[in-house]
Amino acid sequence: MALATALIGALLVLLAIAVMYIVFGYNRLVVVRNRCDNAWSQIDVQLKKRTDMIPNLVETVKGYAAHEKGVFEEVAKARSGLMNANGVAEISKADGSLTKALKSLFAVAENYPQLKADAQFRLLQEQIEGMESKIAYARQFYNDNIMDYSNTTQAFPGNIIAGMFNFKQKEYYQVAEADREPVKVKF
Amino acid sequence: MYEQIASNKFRTVIIMVLFTLMVLLLGYIFGKATNFGPWGFFLAIVIASGSVFTSYFFSDKIVLSMNNAREADPKVYPHVVNSVEGLSIAAGLPVPKIYIMDDPAPNAFATGRDPKHSVVCVTTGLLEKLNRQEVEGVLAHEMSHIKNYDILIQSISVVLVAVIALLSDWMLRRVRWSRMGGRGNGEGGAAGALFLIIAILLALLVPLIAQLMRFALSRKREFLADASGALLTRYPEGLASALEKITDDTHALRTANKATAHMFIVNPFLDLRGTINDMFNTHPPTAERIRILRSM
Repeated sequence: MALATALIGALLVLLAIAVMYIVFGYNRLVVVRNRCDNAWSQIDVQLKKRTDMIPNLVETVKGYAAHEKGVFEEVAKARSGLMNANGVAEISKADGSLTKALKSLFAVAENYPQLKADAQFRLLQEQIEGMESKIAYARQFYNDNIMDYSNTTQAFPGNIIAGMFNFKQKEYYQVAEADREPVKVKF
Repeated sequence: MYEQIASNKFRTVIIMVLFTLMVLLLGYIFGKATNFGPWGFFLAIVIASGSVFTSYFFSDKIVLSMNNAREADPKVYPHVVNSVEGLSIAAGLPVPKIYIMDDPAPNAFATGRDPKHSVVCVTTGLLEKLNRQEVEGVLAHEMSHIKNYDILIQSISVVLVAVIALLSDWMLRRVRWSRMGGRGNGEGGAAGALFLIIAILLALLVPLIAQLMRFALSRKREFLADASGALLTRYPEGLASALEKITDDTHALRTANKATAHMFIVNPFLDLRGTINDMFNTHPPTAERIRILRSM
């Protein structure tokens, strides 16, 4: 009799431990996933801020270099591409295109000394370059959190709990090959 | 980078545990050797905690008034403000207050009881002499101190050292008084005498050991801040070349004093070489820091 009770007792204890374990594991996964979502919204915020600055920039440049149609089209196309993109892969590709288009725009502006001297232009250039840096940091923060999430959902025993509650794998924010060159900040 | 961070965090835990054990041991032995019992121990903790807690809680305001710092105007210092905002995003921290200190010596510090009440301060000398990547490396190091709650850890270690100092002091006084009054009034017999001898030895040695531990802890946290900062910028060379430039600069920081020295990125009192000096230094030798950063 005593043996039976002892065995049942031990089983209940093991069951309790298993349940607690699942609860803690689940909660941790939730926390890490929410951090990823938060980090993603950071990128979103920074990208939107940059997108909002662009019409102003384009108008300022047009004031001095109206006939450089090619580069304005590139910027407009890339901007609308970003505004219509959905999901990590699409958005990161669109972000890459827009960064490239802006680089071209600033490169073209180099040929117009009056434009370069314009106070409004200089302010916008400084702001957008600052934004590029922040977007880079936001991407880094997002990827750091994705790594944390991947580690937690792939390593044992987190992977069991992840499977039980259907925590999906998340994508890293990849930078396209062509856009690997960092935006150089002049000192 | 990640290994550095992990190993420094581990060493911090070891040191804190040893520290606490030492304090408890001391309290116990003193309690046995005198008639204070545990009350002396608690009293020491209360006194030590009181003053340290106040300075920790108001650290952001106190330090700024001490060092003639002013808040950074984003129009005047846009690069610094942008850098700090970017690093806050990368670290997942709220943006600290940014202050500028007028001083030709290049240096920087961070303070504040938690990330929500944090402050980062740089000297005008630093901004003049370093390029943007180097400034960002320094800022990343300072923000890592905030992220790693180093101000809290430092305050705790100061409390522990103070408790030890107070206990030792009282212990030695009691021994002197009881000597003067004739026979001792502690426990009689061989056990009492043994505890007394142990207690006196400890009272002389332990404060020294405690200080050394406190400095060792501070150095580990500095290495950790270097590694965490490098992880934020993903560019350890920025901080490495900044440290080179800062130590080459021969001005001593005008307004630093012993109490605030530990917070600055490089010890503002010019390095004196030698192992003994290194043990009492709050910062690791700069050459060592640069070597580690460049090997990341």
